[in-house]
Amino acid sequence: MSRAAAEAQPPAVPEGEREPVLALTGVRRAYGEHVVLDGVDLEVRAHEVVALIGASGSGKSTLLRTANLLEPIDDGVIRLAGRDISDPRVDADAVRARIGAVFQHYNLFPHLSVLDNVTLASRLVHRLPKAEAERRGRELLASIGLADFAGAYPDRLSGGQQQRVAIVRAIATGPELLLLDEVTSALDPELVGEVLALVRSLADGGTTILMATHEMAFARDVADRVVFLDGGRIVEQGPSREFFAAPREERTRAFLARVLPG
Amino acid sequence: MSAASPDDGAWRPSELELSRRAFRRRQTWRSVLVSVLSTLVFAGLLAWAVLGSPGWARVAETFFDPGVALASLPRIAEGLLLNLQVLVFAAIGVLLVAITLATLRTLRGPVFFPLRAIAAGYTDLFRGVPLLIVLYLVGYGVPALEFFPRLPAAVWGTIAIILVYSAYVAEVFRAGIEAVHPSQRLAARSLGLSHAQTMRRVVLPQAIRKVTPALMNDFVAMQKDVGLISVLGAVDAVRAAQIETAHYFNFTPYVVAGLLFVLLALPMVRLTDWVTARMRRREQIGSIV
Repeated sequence: MSRAAAEAQPPAVPEGEREPVLALTGVRRAYGEHVVLDGVDLEVRAHEVVALIGASGSGKSTLLRTANLLEPIDDGVIRLAGRDISDPRVDADAVRARIGAVFQHYNLFPHLSVLDNVTLASRLVHRLPKAEAERRGRELLASIGLADFAGAYPDRLSGGQQQRVAIVRAIATGPELLLLDEVTSALDPELVGEVLALVRSLADGGTTILMATHEMAFARDVADRVVFLDGGRIVEQGPSREFFAAPREERTRAFLARVLPG
Repeated sequence: MSAASPDDGAWRPSELELSRRAFRRRQTWRSVLVSVLSTLVFAGLLAWAVLGSPGWARVAETFFDPGVALASLPRIAEGLLLNLQVLVFAAIGVLLVAITLATLRTLRGPVFFPLRAIAAGYTDLFRGVPLLIVLYLVGYGVPALEFFPRLPAAVWGTIAIILVYSAYVAEVFRAGIEAVHPSQRLAARSLGLSHAQTMRRVVLPQAIRKVTPALMNDFVAMQKDVGLISVLGAVDAVRAAQIETAHYFNFTPYVVAGLLFVLLALPMVRLTDWVTARMRRREQIGSIV
């Protein structure tokens, strides 16, 4: 693909030739002796849903954090829509403003109402007028059936409701990429479904998503592509149905045998 | 045993629960009775010991003379007004300086090293020096520089109190800032908020909530320490009491001033207790221990 094509901004370029939304090349991250990411190459294209799977400690979360510059890298290049964001001269705040992120433990702001949580970035970072931000925030809350909770504080909400608010908070500013870090891992089993349903509807709506997940069935059904990480390397990746139906690598098979029931 | 009555289906306490409630009620009455009795006995013993002491007559005369108390009250109350003014300005000043200091200490990056170092040095210094010495240095030393126009002693006293208390309060704020979980900062930064926006909108509001009881406690301490400005010659409640004491050759005005300070502090003390208890209740959500 040509870099020049992506830098000439107008979206006249055909889908397939556009720069990937996110592209990691040879990304390395180590804590002292311990290598967490060992030369990762990964691309996420527009409207694609990519699922990262792998055991705890395989580097999934670290990879997501490097993508929105919450974690420094020791080598390699990260590009967002063709632009090198691993360059230290890049304004990290501006990059993060273009990427939404949702965490395992929701991390809603407990001192702000649900609506203020959702509109905070619109107002402070994107400088939307308050009325406009709140109109959009209420729309989003209505779309997840939580319009009545706009004025409530997060501790009034169930875990599933909080996580859904965290997701709409992340997409309220229309980010180019949504990072989801095991968004259902902290939830009671009966609350997982409502959160996954929301992620699925975002995926169907064309949101570009990179997600770390333990939900294999969900990865198979919703992701376009599955990436298996082990020991900080990508062992295998492929279209999700093929990936689960016929994994090629021995390590992948061993991992799937451990996590898939039956 | 079934407690629901067959006719309306509404819940009624069971026999067992009713007997437990009756037992708890008896226990409560017993506790009240015991505490009243023990208070009476204790107060009686104390009164007997003090009133029966050989020097009590003299002490009552020199410290608890109602006539002197009444006569000195207006002047002391007038002095207390000055204390109140100093208190208001000092409280506002302390909050501003302390938040600034605490924020400076959270700054990252080599550019801010001098600011971090100054903030750290400041808190170390002013938590170490006795307030009285700071009062003398600021109250007599700084005016001697002749940089500033002549200002009333109370102004210098207020500045000295701000210098010392903001060092303490800055540490309280810093503890509060550190008590906010790092994931909150992470969430804010990943929304694109800058360090400053994250501090102001996310971290500080939560930090201040966490340290409110500690801050109120420092405020109570400051309420009485404003009486120390009297050493600079400002005619506050303590100074007024000193003058009255000399006038009547009787220590009662000091007791009056002391009582006035207690009355001043009491609402804040009670409020602090109430706020602390409310926060504790909220955290333990209905459990007993």
